[in-house]
Amino acid sequence: MTLGRKLIGMTTAIALCAPITVTYARDTIQIVGSSTVYPFATVVAEKLGKQPNFNTPVIESTGTGGGMKLFCSGLGVGTPDFTNASRAIKSSEVELCAKNGVTEIIEIIVGNDGIAFSNSANSPKMNFTKEQLWKAMAEHGPKPKTWNEIDASLPNVAIKIMAPPPTSGTRDAWNSLVMKAGCKAVGKYEEIGKKKCAVFREDGAVEEAGENDTLIVKRLAADPEAFGIFGFSFLDQNGDQIQGSTIEGVEISLDTIQTYEYPIARPLFFYGKKAHVGVIPGMQEYMNEFVSDDAVGDYGYLMDRGLVPLETKTLSEVRSNISALKTIDQ
Amino acid sequence: MNKASHVSRVGRSPSRLNQRRFRAERRFRRLGLLGVVLALASVVFLLGTIFSSGYSAFWRLQFAVDIQFDPALMKITERPTAEELQEVHYLALFRKNLERAYPEVKKRSERRKLAQMFSESAPDVLRELVLADPTLVGETRRVWVLASSSADMIAKGNAPRDIEEKRRVLTDQQLAWLDQWEEEGLARNRFNTRFFTSGPSRSPELAGLAGAIVGSALTLLVTLIISFPVGVAAAVYLEEYAPKNRISEIIEVNINNLAAVPSIIFGLLGLAVLLNFFGLPRGTPLVGGIVLSLMTLPTIIIASRAALKAVPPSIRDGALAMGASPMQTVFHHVLPLAMPGMLTGTIIGLAQALGETAPLLMIGMFAFVADIPSGVVDQASALPVQIYLWAESSERGYVELTAAGIMVILIFLVLMNLLAVFLRKKFERRW
Repeated sequence: MTLGRKLIGMTTAIALCAPITVTYARDTIQIVGSSTVYPFATVVAEKLGKQPNFNTPVIESTGTGGGMKLFCSGLGVGTPDFTNASRAIKSSEVELCAKNGVTEIIEIIVGNDGIAFSNSANSPKMNFTKEQLWKAMAEHGPKPKTWNEIDASLPNVAIKIMAPPPTSGTRDAWNSLVMKAGCKAVGKYEEIGKKKCAVFREDGAVEEAGENDTLIVKRLAADPEAFGIFGFSFLDQNGDQIQGSTIEGVEISLDTIQTYEYPIARPLFFYGKKAHVGVIPGMQEYMNEFVSDDAVGDYGYLMDRGLVPLETKTLSEVRSNISALKTIDQ
Repeated sequence: MNKASHVSRVGRSPSRLNQRRFRAERRFRRLGLLGVVLALASVVFLLGTIFSSGYSAFWRLQFAVDIQFDPALMKITERPTAEELQEVHYLALFRKNLERAYPEVKKRSERRKLAQMFSESAPDVLRELVLADPTLVGETRRVWVLASSSADMIAKGNAPRDIEEKRRVLTDQQLAWLDQWEEEGLARNRFNTRFFTSGPSRSPELAGLAGAIVGSALTLLVTLIISFPVGVAAAVYLEEYAPKNRISEIIEVNINNLAAVPSIIFGLLGLAVLLNFFGLPRGTPLVGGIVLSLMTLPTIIIASRAALKAVPPSIRDGALAMGASPMQTVFHHVLPLAMPGMLTGTIIGLAQALGETAPLLMIGMFAFVADIPSGVVDQASALPVQIYLWAESSERGYVELTAAGIMVILIFLVLMNLLAVFLRKKFERRW
């Protein structure tokens, strides 16, 4: 009888999918990837959708790593056309792509992002060095209970930090920009290596808060002692509730991120499949729109959302790469 | 029993014993009442927070601008064709008219601040007006356009006003404009129809639930089409035909267990089987509906079996005695009588499916889909997923939208449950 039910279920499924896999063609762009790039990509998608000839691209926020996995799963209408990334594609991912037939990948740098280390706007504004941050967060560090144990100039409050999960590109960037540098600064990098340097302590002082940055903002606003790590756009949109700490004396702002004066800044990317350009309508137009003057020029709409624009020279390079559909070297 | 024997047995005076019993009784009742009061208080608190932060989303602030539809500004001839009107750069038309209306705003950065008071949809409003009525060209008309989300939130009191300029969502100057317009009658609040007619958007003032409502409806339709016939057939077979033995007992226990399986498991099953093995399109109502129907099946089977059990055996015996075949008995007599109970169970199951998020996340119904889906193989989102997506957006305007979305889904749930109660009350027969 269970067999009977299974049979009914399976025949229904087969009957339903048989005609669909045959007739299923796609005229809507599919995008996956980083939750940091997601807010910008959705705005661009909406702009494209307003043009009479194109559907609004569908965007799923899967995290950089998850997006790469889907993106590299093959070519064809069943796979995404673009993936957003808050770090550059890894060589292992390029290999995975190549293995599944995705050989021609277009890389587009869309702008920069700074990672903010923020606390409630009602608490005193702080300044940290990478070394201090590493000491506060690392499993293989001194594991202090309060900030003043690290440095007497810091206040005597408990260390409470909400950090992004390992699947997030923000975490990858934090690891390479802060944890690695801090580890080097205390002279432990040679001894314990890159992997161990990046391990967060697990005694409750550092908490992995999930991909939901809005939640972190709410908790920071409610808890004056807590600090949170997230992309600049969230700080930009919630300036009445939270403030960014200065890092090594540099305030986080559009200008300091653009010049990389702010020490925790990183480029944002998206990747496209050259083989899909011309097959799925609107791919070329989407790429053009993302780097157009309306979007990332002076007073562009993506700047209103907290994207830090590229410098003019890089931008024109990116534009010429797009019109030539230049792919990354294998 | 008499008093004397009682005293001798317990060794206490009867009145003291009775007092103890009465006290225990009172305590028990009070605890029960306390439980009810606590439950009610948390429901009231929950609904209260949702309604108080969500009701404002049903209104939107609008600003009036006098727009001169000047052919020179629009770069068209006096008698333009429809294509020409479609091609006009309406953003430029809007900006130029703003500059004309506020000539005192001269610096580029200030003009930008002025433009930011209005929603990004302003040019689209102008285009729609002109396309609907081409005679507007050459005229001047007062046009109401949506305010930006920041202005909207300040006006509603959802964002604080009395804090330093740097931390506020509007600058001092923008705040002054807002006050000035409110005084001059150039600002008004209108019902937010967009909320029910458009899909999601990255601009909170333009975002709507229509895409999610349609997505949920399509998903539930697929769920209904699959789970109702299968569920009823399974229930009829188990109740009317299956021999009562060890195997049918095991099946019964397993159906009950299936009803308690966490929904994310069904999502994983959908991901592995439907997407990866059958290659169905990711994130579509078709896949969502199949997954949710697996989840609702046990609920429907259990409810349908209960409804079949409630039909008295005399009905079956009577039909069989009159010479009806077992199938005729079931279809002509038992099923019609059990149908109200079955429908009730189905509606309850569907209501559960409507609020389900976890399995939909697994199969990719978790995307930004701005266009309203037109079929079961279009990628779509669903109501609970949309609420989740809004809840994690950085813009503050989504806070009220999240709460408003919850209100909408609650209303749908209440309606479905009312329908179930109505069906039961109206059609159920008791013997």
